[in-house]
This record gives sequence, structure tokens and C-alpha cells, in this order.
Amino acid sequence: MTPLLSVQGVTKFYGHHIGCKNVGFDLYPGEVMGIVGESGSGKSTLLNCMAGHLTPDAGAVVFNTRSDGPRDTVTMSEPERRMLSRTDWAFVHQHARDGLRMGVSAGGNVGERLMAVGDRHYGDIRGKAADWLGRVEIDAGRIDDRPTTFSGGMQQRLQIARNLVTGPRLVFMDEPTGGLDVSVQARLLDLLRGLVRDMGLSAIIVTHDLAVVRLLADRLMVMKDGHVVEAGLTDQVLDDPQHAYSQLLVSSVLQV
Amino acid sequence: MSDYNFAYLDEQTKRMIRRAILKGLAIPGYQVPFASREMPMPYGWGTGGVQVSAAVMTPDDRFKVIDQGADDTTNAVSIRSFFERTAGVATTTKTSEASVIQTRHRIPEEPLREGQILVYQVPIPEPLRFLEPRESETRKMHSLEEYGLMHVKLYEDISRHGHIATSYDYPVKVEGRYVMDPSPIPKFDNPKLGDMAAIQLFGAGREQRIYALPPYTQVVSLDFEDHPFEASKPDHPCALCGAENSYLDEVITDDAGGRMFVCSDTDFCEARQAAGHTGTMNGKDAA
Repeated sequence: MTPLLSVQGVTKFYGHHIGCKNVGFDLYPGEVMGIVGESGSGKSTLLNCMAGHLTPDAGAVVFNTRSDGPRDTVTMSEPERRMLSRTDWAFVHQHARDGLRMGVSAGGNVGERLMAVGDRHYGDIRGKAADWLGRVEIDAGRIDDRPTTFSGGMQQRLQIARNLVTGPRLVFMDEPTGGLDVSVQARLLDLLRGLVRDMGLSAIIVTHDLAVVRLLADRLMVMKDGHVVEAGLTDQVLDDPQHAYSQLLVSSVLQV
Repeated sequence: MSDYNFAYLDEQTKRMIRRAILKGLAIPGYQVPFASREMPMPYGWGTGGVQVSAAVMTPDDRFKVIDQGADDTTNAVSIRSFFERTAGVATTTKTSEASVIQTRHRIPEEPLREGQILVYQVPIPEPLRFLEPRESETRKMHSLEEYGLMHVKLYEDISRHGHIATSYDYPVKVEGRYVMDPSPIPKFDNPKLGDMAAIQLFGAGREQRIYALPPYTQVVSLDFEDHPFEASKPDHPCALCGAENSYLDEVITDDAGGRMFVCSDTDFCEARQAAGHTGTMNGKDAA
């Protein structure tokens, strides 16, 4: 079986500082990968390198494209990479404001990706937008409201709808539940878990919240100072951490 | 030395502008940056159009200026007298006699012919500006032909008003490649942009951009399959000349709701009246 995404020796330096160094893993279709670590451990750098927002200094990010099979996205041309990022890829930002157009209605936000890939039928676009608002539990009556009038949780769900409307195969998530209160987090996680399972999505989730990866991720990578210190099945890593830092991380979770 | 150089600008500046114009003509719809000069008028009054006109003008040209279709409004009168003083060129108000026509917000009703040049004054040359504020990003979108965002604007129009309510500044696609801002002409004029015999030049002075449409260029107004583009105008005939198919201005005539619709193209309207056409509110009839 060909991996959907194969990350090989990705390295990124910020001057003399290490962003992330020599990271490699394979992600298979339908698999959810969690990346955890403390602030500054390089997990967001790694995610941005994989999603094409940053150019790694070394290494390859090979994506199994629909048309041409495995291709290295680091060396492919920019138009091709941008095409991937609005069709087969999705990127959910930590702050919904970074991923939404705040001056455009909810329907327009969801429809943008459809129009970007050439949809030119207003009725169809609106129908799909309404359908997706329903799937992320936003009332269809809010379709013409701007995201500025939405709560934080609704904005985050709208961002997810906007990203998933073109049926991507790989979703990058950067702290998708950051900044939300716990009950809203729980609903969002529930929703994400359902969508990931129903659509057979592959996902890479960066977070510092171990509960999120416990719930969503099949496999887990623990990062520290730009290096991967431990990787394995989520339950295995969380229940029986081997590396000193992983043990510290797991034992640092507050028990209520 | 009391004389101006011909057509106000120095020759090096004209050379620079002509290079930008030629590049614009070679890549229809592409915005070419140019080193816009300070002109003796405020930004927004047509500094870009004036520079383009000055660069293409020769002593043998006959010059016409229209502002919203009219030859006798402040902007048109002052730009016309500016070139009378600084270039000494002949001027006219007749569309058919002019070789260079500078326009603000209209295309003349009378079809233009080969050999004529139409110069537009452009306030904001970037069609994506209000959707994407970053210039670095809009340039990238143009170069990679990522124009989905333009349809988001039209989508918003329909969702809010039930139809595409953009009535001027209506975005067009040139030769299947660049999305272009046609300057704030009414969308009624959009169909005239395409396949025109005359050269069309667009100058934006403050924004320092020139773009162009060579003769007989394909220009398509953007739309949706189920909400096609429609060149709209007020549903009236002209009250002075009775024209059914020209773009009309609504003029308030008293404080009791009285109004009349008249051709915005004054030359077209006067020519029709001289030829004996008359409308419902033409004083000569009523008297």
C-alpha cells in the first residue's frame, strides 16, 4: 500500500536555531497522526513545512497525488502546490480568523473553495454550502451572516466546513481546539471524529492537548527541541511512555 | 523659455509611459507598473488618464474628453483646456471626429473605429483589491490565474440582493487569461469593451498602473451559469432625443418627485436631436 504522505528527513533551520530536524514518517490513507510537544518544540514548523507554507531546508514531503502518483511537494512548481492546497489538502488554523474571510458571509466562505476549483453555478454552490453548514451544526438560517457575528466555536466549525467542502484527502490541523472552552471543545472534537471517520480522511493534528490526540489520533509523535523523541500508537505512547520527556508530558496532565 | 514641452510631460517621461503602454498592449489586461508623475491636478481627477493621453498624443491629433459621458462637466472642460494650452492640439466634442478620447466612467455610444484611441481614467486598477488587501498576494493570484475569489464577490451580491447587484466596475476576463477592472464604467458598457476596433488604454495615476486592450480583444464579463451577466440600464427612452438603447442619467427636475431620464452621452444625444429625433420632454416640442 502506498502511503498518502511520506515525510522524509524534513529539516528547517531559523538561522542557527533548529526549527525541526530530520523528521520522517509515513501516513497511510484513513490514518490520523498526532504531533504533541511543548511550545517551541517545532511541531508547527513541521506542519507548515508539510503543508507548503514554509520551504524546508532539507528533506522531502511526498504526497500521493490523484493523477500522477507520489510527488515531492517541496520541489513541485508553486501553481501545482497551490492547486493541491485547495483541492486535496485542507488546513485548519488555530485561530479561525486566520482561515476565514471575515468580511464575507458564511455561505461565501464555504463556497470560495468550490469557486476556486471552477464551480460556476450559484444554486449548486449555495446548496453545497447549506449542506456543509448543516454537517458542522450551524443553523442554515445563518448562511448569509458574516463570521464576525459568530461565536468562537461556530467560527472554528465554519472554518472546518470551508476546508472540507471540496472533499480533501489530507487535513492539516494546527491546535484546532485552542482557545475554546471545554464544552465547546468536546462538541468540536465529537464533530471532527465523526467527519474523519465518515469521510475516511487522513489527518495530521498538531496540539499540546493530550486529550485531543487520545480521542482522534491513531498514532502519535512526541517532539522536543525540534527532534522526534518518541513515536508509536497513541495508546501505547500515552499509557507506557518510554522517553523521559514523554513521561513528563503525560504526568503533567491535570487530573480533575 | 516660457513654453511648455509639447503635451506637458518631458520626453523621457513620455518614453517611459509609452514603454508601459506597449507592454500593456502585448499582454492584454496585465497591469504594468509605471513611474507616475505629479500632475497639476489632484489624484482622482484623472492624473493617470492625462499622462497616458499626453504620451500618445501627436500635434495632428484631435482630442475629446468626456466625464460620465458629458463634454461639458468640470473634469472634461478642465482637462480639455489643459491640453489646448500645453499641447495646442485641436479639440472636439464629436466622437467621430476625435482621434484620442479621454474618458471618465463611460464608453461613447457611437461605435469607435480603427485608428481611434480611448483612454480611461482608473481609480483602482486591481479588481481583487477589496477582497484581498495584500498586493503581494493579488499579484500572485494574477500570475497563477487564481480567480475564484472574484466569484465570491458576485456570490455575495446574489445572496444579499437576489441578483448580481454590481452595476459598475464589473470585472471582466480578457482573452481567457487576466481578470481586469474596466474602470467604473456602467456594466451597460461592458459588452462594448470586447471586439472594439479602437485601442483602449487604462491609466491609474495614484496606483501607478497602466493596462490596455488592443483592438478586437476578447473580453468576457464574469457571471454564474444560473445568473448570467446582463447589461442593464434604466427602462426608459431618453426624454430629449427618444433613444431607446443608450445609457441614461436620471435627472431630478423639481422637489415634487419630478424626474427625467436623459442620455449620459451628450454628443450622441445632441447629434440625434439635430437629426430630428425628439423625446417626451424636449422643450421645443412642449412649447
